[in-house]
Amino acid sequence: MTSPTKAGIRWHIVVFLAPAVLVYTAVMIYPLFATLRLSFYSEVDQNRLWVGLQNFRTLFGDAIWSEQFWNALANNAWFFLIHMLVQNPIGIALAAILSSPRLRFSAFYRSAIFIPTILSFVIVGFAWKLILSPIWGIAPGLLDAIGLKFLYQPWLGKEEYALTTLSLVSVWQYVGIPMMLIYAALLSIPDDILEAGECDGITGMAAFWKIKLPLILPSIGIISILTFVANFNAFDLIYAAQGALAGPDFSTDILGTFMYRTFFGFQLQLGDPHMGSTIASAMFVIILIGVCLYLFGIQRRLRNYQF
Amino acid sequence: MKRITVQGSLLATTLLIASGATAQDAELIIESWRNDDLAIWQDKIIPAFEAQHPDIKVKFTPSAPAEYNAVLNSKLDAGSAGDIITCRPFDASLALYEAGHLADLSGLDGMKNFSDVAKAGWSTDDSSATYCVPMASVIHGFIYNKEAFDELGLDIPETEEDFFAVLEAFKEDGSYIPMAMGTNDQWEAATMGYNNIGPNYWKGEDGRSALLSGDQKLTDEAWIAPFRQLAKWGDYLGDGFEAQTYPDSQNIFTLGRAAIYPAGSWEISGFNSQALFDMGAFKPPVQNAGDTCYISDHTDIGIGMNTATDNPEAAKTFLNWVASSEFSTIFANALPGFFPFSNADVELQDPLAQEFISWRDTCQSTIRSTYQILSRGTPNLENETWNASVAVIKGDETPEEAGQRLQDGLSSWYAPQQ
Repeated sequence: MTSPTKAGIRWHIVVFLAPAVLVYTAVMIYPLFATLRLSFYSEVDQNRLWVGLQNFRTLFGDAIWSEQFWNALANNAWFFLIHMLVQNPIGIALAAILSSPRLRFSAFYRSAIFIPTILSFVIVGFAWKLILSPIWGIAPGLLDAIGLKFLYQPWLGKEEYALTTLSLVSVWQYVGIPMMLIYAALLSIPDDILEAGECDGITGMAAFWKIKLPLILPSIGIISILTFVANFNAFDLIYAAQGALAGPDFSTDILGTFMYRTFFGFQLQLGDPHMGSTIASAMFVIILIGVCLYLFGIQRRLRNYQF
Repeated sequence: MKRITVQGSLLATTLLIASGATAQDAELIIESWRNDDLAIWQDKIIPAFEAQHPDIKVKFTPSAPAEYNAVLNSKLDAGSAGDIITCRPFDASLALYEAGHLADLSGLDGMKNFSDVAKAGWSTDDSSATYCVPMASVIHGFIYNKEAFDELGLDIPETEEDFFAVLEAFKEDGSYIPMAMGTNDQWEAATMGYNNIGPNYWKGEDGRSALLSGDQKLTDEAWIAPFRQLAKWGDYLGDGFEAQTYPDSQNIFTLGRAAIYPAGSWEISGFNSQALFDMGAFKPPVQNAGDTCYISDHTDIGIGMNTATDNPEAAKTFLNWVASSEFSTIFANALPGFFPFSNADVELQDPLAQEFISWRDTCQSTIRSTYQILSRGTPNLENETWNASVAVIKGDETPEEAGQRLQDGLSSWYAPQQ
């Protein structure tokens, strides 16, 4: 009896993959390439013309465009830096505290810290605008109550503070995400490793620095890259709090708001889909470079420990 | 062959009957972004029109303001837009006219009721064709708290000097914030600041057309002087005005915490229902007593005809009626603060609105300097003016620097300024 070696095309694979592939292609891949394509065109006298790299030359070469672009990119970098320096360390610290078996009400703290993450950015932006408002806000009153009124500034209205303030609001909103991921990673560390360490005299803080932290490094790497992608795609909080002009004086303008303003237009400024796509393409390339650097530079050097 | 002829003539008869029916009972659909005004159209404006023209049925179908331009454009492209189109001023409607969606209405009878300034918002750059009937404008000025003024025994300011004397008096007294305006949302600084007081310095239409033709520059004294005034405003706005938003300013004023509110007339109906004190209005202060005053009487809403309409005659009848004083009276009283353009006399009931519209008799009208043509390029002059006005009020930029920056931006793309 001969065995049926020559199997036909295994149609069930195609069938099972099709929905995801089709949906993903329709809502992600096609728009991505359409946007890239659009950035090579321009509209002249109501006709769409192929202009090659002209739009990119305008974006990087023209004084007015490039100044806005670099300003937005620098602001974006600062936005990212604040998240990396504040959100992720706090997230890790919170996770370490929460995973301590001696902490009471840890489920309550966990939920309370995570709740802002599921709030709409519109609510977060509006609530913080009210809290910090010089007129109705509770921030000036609270500072006054502890005799620190002189520290109060209309933070969202000052160029030197606005971006940092909004970054911290975003940190407040999203700190739950690194906390949850690290928390899960910490819980997956088997107790016998920690007990073995205890036998060797590694306890308390030393156990965290010498045993737990190296074991959760891969998770920290993932969180960093997620933060990077989310920050360079950010738009919503700035738009909700400061509007499309990202005031004061573009000090909170990030690539997302710059792209939105250019693509859809604003007030009397008519939308320019071609320059908007050019900015979107530049954002895509920036994020791609960042992710590649991470993948090839860091991810491959991280060692995964199997338990 | 014969059968085809019979069928053809039958078809022709049906068509005749059908078209006869439409001529008898035309239906007009109005596209608009003013969904706030739905009740006024349905209860007042449309019944008044249909009473005179029983053969024309009108339907008002507004969409959300923020979506209007996009919705309208796609409907026009698909051929499903209504017969009558409510027009945004300047470039948005000009683009529709150039794309052949709005009919040229220059020959419409009612058009002679409007001045050139009123028509500027919906005319081609060379003013050869006008494609929308001007419907309403908003006038800029200052609304003040009468009780606060009485308390301190102050009169409304006529000149620049009086204006700052009043602000100083409120500041010294300390019980009121002298002026309610913030810079967080940026546009108030330009719209209620720069373009409110500016026309007195650049002499309204004279200065505006000189800027369009390239005879004046934004670095000229006439265009920098308003910035010099704004630079002095910062001292009189409330604490933390840098983060004060537009609704904050409205609330501060209507709660009676501020004395003066740099305003547009569209605030009138909202303020009437919110404020518990008597309000008055004064026009932007002139430089020296006795100078001619200029006011920003800005074109805001127009109404035009879709070229693809099935009932052009009915549409024209309707537009002529919109241009009449009857429509103006209903509209202006239903929406105090949106003033009709028509030269015909209109009786207004609201005292605050009466005050605003009375300035038209004594002052020269103009529109906001940045709206026509000048905000077509990159950088966009209107957005830049928001930014510059804020920077000047906060003291981050001197008036001269602001003027220079705007001029550099404008001359980078606008040929007459190069």
